[in-house]
Amino acid sequence: MNINFTLISQAIAFSVFIWFTVKFVWPPLLRAIEERQKTIADGLAAGERGRHELELASQRSSDVLKEAKQRATEIILQAEKRASEIVEEAKKTAKEEGDRIVAGAKADIEHEVFSAKESLRQHVADLAVAGAAKILRREVDAKAHADLLAAIQEDLK
Amino acid sequence: MASETELTPSSYIGHHLTYLTKQVGEGSFWVLHVDTLVTSVILGVLSLGFIWLVVRKATSGVPSKTQAFIELAVDFIDKEVKNIFHGDRHALVAPMALTVFVWVLMMNTMDILPIDITAKILENAFGLHNWKIVPTTDINTTFALALSIWFLMLFYNVKVKGLGGWLHELFCTPFGKSPLVWILNLLFNFIEYVSKPLSHSLRLFGNIYAGEVIFLLLGMWAATGISGTIFGAILGAGWAIFHILVVTLQAFIFMMLTVVYMSMAHESH
Repeated sequence: MNINFTLISQAIAFSVFIWFTVKFVWPPLLRAIEERQKTIADGLAAGERGRHELELASQRSSDVLKEAKQRATEIILQAEKRASEIVEEAKKTAKEEGDRIVAGAKADIEHEVFSAKESLRQHVADLAVAGAAKILRREVDAKAHADLLAAIQEDLK
Repeated sequence: MASETELTPSSYIGHHLTYLTKQVGEGSFWVLHVDTLVTSVILGVLSLGFIWLVVRKATSGVPSKTQAFIELAVDFIDKEVKNIFHGDRHALVAPMALTVFVWVLMMNTMDILPIDITAKILENAFGLHNWKIVPTTDINTTFALALSIWFLMLFYNVKVKGLGGWLHELFCTPFGKSPLVWILNLLFNFIEYVSKPLSHSLRLFGNIYAGEVIFLLLGMWAATGISGTIFGAILGAGWAIFHILVVTLQAFIFMMLTVVYMSMAHESH
């Protein structure tokens, strides 16, 4: 238990060791550790960001998908409606066209009937005149009875 | 030991507790314990030099196993310092804590080496009689460390708080600013400042010295014959295993007190 010069020598050794550690040991190790910590922190942050972005992207894709489905449904509905409209329209047009054709045909028929009647009437009148002329060859003078013949012809119309 | 003709318990213990001294001047103070100084310097150079060699090639990428070990130790100390000390710890306090811990741990660990075998080796291989291999069983070592830290503490007290601030703290804490308690405060602080280096150094010294003495006492069992030798060896092994805890714990406590004292010097009440 005797205090002596050893104390001073040990204190000097201690100071030298502290100086050495402060100067040469601590800084490079601290730098290495801090750099690694930064790298790890950056990596973790990047990972976190990536996950977040993935989440956003999947959210967006599902949104887009949903919207597309909705649009598709709408389009199909519209198309169905339009198709039935077209069918209705076509039916209507066809009916009108048919009606018109029928009406035209009827008019034609009536015209034909009328002209057939007319020509028949002419023929009958001619025949009647011819018959009457044969019967009355002698007595009837075409000239003298022209007005009578005309009246008969008029009657037959 | 071989030179002694008669081996008695007191001569055995006395032999192991004798320093290799060298007179460096007139008077009883100018004596140097060569064994203490040389052993501690060798240990410090070995341990800190090893750390330095590893740290010099330190990479911030994937560390080698050695670097990882050093980093673990440094990180452990750095965390402890960070919890206690709230200034710029990298400038002095944290490296100092590392130095104190590593050096004191190395010096303490010498305690676990078999005392008679190392003494024989030193005597026969190097011709060194009376070489104490545990520097921390020398009160000079522990006082040197504690007083160095004490002076640093005083220095930072004045540097951080200013001379006025420090004097104010001496007179006005812990009992208050009233002039009535100035003397009491000063007395209280005086006791505190005296007891700090004493408890700091004597705790380490006492623990390691006592451990050393117990090793010596257990070693004396060998004098009683074969069964005594075996008994002493078993007890010695048990004490050595327990001592692994003690030397580490004492080094850690010494470091923690260092950090606490430095922290108190940096923070005003």
